[in-house]
Amino acid sequence: MEKKEPIDMNDLDPSFKYEIASQPGGEHIMKCVQCATCSSGCPVASISDKFNPRRIIRMAILGLKERVITEDFVWYCAACYTCSERCPQDVRIPDLMSAIRNIATKEGHIHPAYKEQGRLIGEMGRLYEVTDFENQRRKKLGLPQLKEKNDEIDSIYTKTGVKKVIT
Amino acid sequence: MKYALFLGCTVPVRTMGYELSTRAVMKKLGIELVDLKEFGCCGFPLESIDHDTYLSVATRNLAIAEEHGLPIMTMCSACNGSLLKAHMAMNDEKIKSHINDTLTPLKRHYNGSIEVKHAARVLYENIETIKEMATPLPLKIAAHYGCHYTKPSEIYEGFEDPEVPYSLEDVIRAVGAEPVQYENKKQCCGGAILGIDESVSLEMTREKLQHVKKTGADAMTLVCPFCDIMYDVNQRRIESHFDEKFGIPVLFLPQLVGLALGIPSDELGLRLNRVPVRSLLKTLGD
Repeated sequence: MEKKEPIDMNDLDPSFKYEIASQPGGEHIMKCVQCATCSSGCPVASISDKFNPRRIIRMAILGLKERVITEDFVWYCAACYTCSERCPQDVRIPDLMSAIRNIATKEGHIHPAYKEQGRLIGEMGRLYEVTDFENQRRKKLGLPQLKEKNDEIDSIYTKTGVKKVIT
Repeated sequence: MKYALFLGCTVPVRTMGYELSTRAVMKKLGIELVDLKEFGCCGFPLESIDHDTYLSVATRNLAIAEEHGLPIMTMCSACNGSLLKAHMAMNDEKIKSHINDTLTPLKRHYNGSIEVKHAARVLYENIETIKEMATPLPLKIAAHYGCHYTKPSEIYEGFEDPEVPYSLEDVIRAVGAEPVQYENKKQCCGGAILGIDESVSLEMTREKLQHVKKTGADAMTLVCPFCDIMYDVNQRRIESHFDEKFGIPVLFLPQLVGLALGIPSDELGLRLNRVPVRSLLKTLGD
């Protein structure tokens, strides 16, 4: 995440913050006062310097769109909501991270792990494949059989346009 | 009381002991569970991809429960949060009609009437019955709340303060066991970023195992399949990765309650637990 070169003002996209604010979950971005309550209590940030929610918000407000949506740090939020409960400005950081991820996805920068999850859910209606093997195992344990496939989610994908980004 | 049991993706395939024990304990408490085969993914992973898709996939499940006129009981905390958040979003008429438009080709429609409740919350609500029926368990238990069982607090309408949660420890006391206090009790398991950065994720899990180890607890108890995958399924992997021994048995809350209610360990799926629970059962004279 650290880059030593100074920021070139010509690289900034001042409309990025408005784009985020127009996304569900991103509405409160401009309320951030950079107090770092989020970063100081973040369980991911306490282990890895790859994730620093305060800095991501600052970068987004500055307009460093390219870096925010192409690098992978925005995908490090575990959505644990610790910061969200404590933020004095009600920025709702995990929802904000989702809003940024939505924009990254739209612009072709979805994280491969999420792309794969999205694909599996679309194809099967669930995250893990259910085959005869799983159903046999469940039968032995006295658990009811699961439906192997569900087409309804695929039809939602087609309607919302998500199918294009995950295939 | 009667609920539609929402299995989600992970529980019915990867943590069947959770499903077995939930079914067995609810039956013992006189709570009826109904299986609706049309339920699918709760939508949680999709929130990061496209908000409308997430809301539609989540609301689809709410619509199915509504067709049957049944409240939803979840076992996975992420499912619980995802469905409840979608339910609340539907309070906005504009969003509701937009999402219902997406669901129309599926011949589904959500009016907004469904209650979503975590299985652990149902156990908490039945705490007096559990106390009456329980044979006290002489165990020291570390409660792991995880994230979405208490947060974001706005979707749980002030049930408990996520900074000072108590419900799981109250259930632990109700079965005659002793809840132990430990450092960073409310910390996330790290499961959500396992696919993003494995070493950071495993380090998060390891930290909590270290804190629990220090207390000398007989076991951990938890209420989410993701947390279980981190603490139970991945415990041995963490031990070899960091060259550190933990050996902490991990019980789903209904497994713990089930033991106190005298349900046989097979019906609680205890032999499916990865970290052996034999010594624990020995302590209980099983």
